[in-house]
Amino acid sequence: MDEIYITNLEKERESMFEGLLNYFRKRSMWMLYYCTGCGAIELPPTMTSRFDMERFGIGPMATPRQADLLLITGYLSQKTLKRVIRSYEQMQEPKYLVGFGSCPINGGIYWDAYPVINHLEMYVPVDMTIAGCMPRPQAVLDGFQRLMDYIQQGKADGWRRYKENYEWYKRNQDELFARTEPVLKGWKDPFAHMPSLEEVMAEEERRKGGAR
Amino acid sequence: MSSKMILDLFGMTFFYIVVGLTFMGLGRKITARLQRRVGPPWYQSFLDVFKCFSKTSISHNYIMDLGLIMALAGLIATAYFMPVAKGWTPAGSSSIVVILYLMTIGYLGMAMGVSASGNPNATIGISRALALMFGYEIPFAMIILAMISVLGSSSLSDIAMSQAGGIQNWNIIRFPLGFLAAEIAFQAMIGEKPYDHMIAPAEIASGPMVELGGKFLGIAFLLHAVQLFVETGLMVNLFLGGASTWYEFVGKQFVVYFTSMVINTVFARYRIEQGIKHLWVWAGSFAAIQLVLTRYFDIFSR
Repeated sequence: MDEIYITNLEKERESMFEGLLNYFRKRSMWMLYYCTGCGAIELPPTMTSRFDMERFGIGPMATPRQADLLLITGYLSQKTLKRVIRSYEQMQEPKYLVGFGSCPINGGIYWDAYPVINHLEMYVPVDMTIAGCMPRPQAVLDGFQRLMDYIQQGKADGWRRYKENYEWYKRNQDELFARTEPVLKGWKDPFAHMPSLEEVMAEEERRKGGAR
Repeated sequence: MSSKMILDLFGMTFFYIVVGLTFMGLGRKITARLQRRVGPPWYQSFLDVFKCFSKTSISHNYIMDLGLIMALAGLIATAYFMPVAKGWTPAGSSSIVVILYLMTIGYLGMAMGVSASGNPNATIGISRALALMFGYEIPFAMIILAMISVLGSSSLSDIAMSQAGGIQNWNIIRFPLGFLAAEIAFQAMIGEKPYDHMIAPAEIASGPMVELGGKFLGIAFLLHAVQLFVETGLMVNLFLGGASTWYEFVGKQFVVYFTSMVINTVFARYRIEQGIKHLWVWAGSFAAIQLVLTRYFDIFSR
């Protein structure tokens, strides 16, 4: 822990306006849904006419830069987790992450599958999980309203926990990603005899220089 | 510049933003009601903007900062030339050529800012917006040419004043084909369906806004709010007889925006080449017929 601190001054300033700003944050949550598993299919009914998520100010957004809320809608494989982490780190603070269903909590029915991670909260900070396999739109809306309460009370501070405990998260991520390296040792690369891209470019550069 | 004028300008800027954001919220409500939803409250856009400004943001380089500020400044400057009530404008004059010229600065600033972010989706969005501009500027310019040739003045407040005295004097009655063309062009101008190629969230990830986060997105919201005010105001002054009070003006603007939102809800999106073709063939031919009728046959004008 040597890079990121939250200074006292910042805390002081936050405490003055935090109540008001949290009201705006909770009433206008833009979500980015990472459609990994079966949970994505529960979102269209939650957004459209019957359950109408937009009346709480929750709406879909196209890119991580614009979003406040990252939804992990189902199981995550080890390679997908890389993309989730990239998306989460691109989002602007304050940001919240919600795990859908039992898969992000404990692996769900994929608990013994070799490429699937079992505990999402070891790699990224999870602000809220919604239980179910998958949660129905009623449960999703209930979960979002609970999240709104947490935001108002300042309890949804995953983004801050991520910065404060980045070393721990990073170590867990690295341990996992080490397992995604190719397993076959000593395999023969069929393209090993060909020059690498750097060599080709250097050759090109040299020839151009010679021509001039 | 006197202190009263400066106060006027600040007050009017606040007014444009409040009206534009309210319209955006009401527009979402209208869409929701047409889809049989409850929809967000009318002040949702205000909440969104405040939230955006409470977030951290990433800037890629100073061109990105300057481009967005330039766009907002350009659009607010355009709005100063818009006659609000009884032909009164904050800028003192309301030449329509200046308005059309300044309105482009908003788009160019946006183009400069978001292209600097280096995201290919943003560049595609901007190229689509500029391509679409070719589509709607030509019909719109032809209609304005027809009006100027009848009235002999290029001042927007003169055009608005010339329609005083009842609905039968409004340009929507005197230039019916022109109004049809302008309505089609207006739909493209504010970027609603069927001409929302520029944003297209499912296609190019919201286009120019793709790399904007936090405060930049807040500025983009304000941009859209002022843009709505300018463009609906243009339609009100050109066709709906201007206004004698500011609340009459805002009411007429809302009628224009409401129509546009209803069209937006029931249509799907054209492809970009279909969109431009549609604008040139339909809006363009309506505007051309109107121009010829007005200029050489003097049928609809009086």
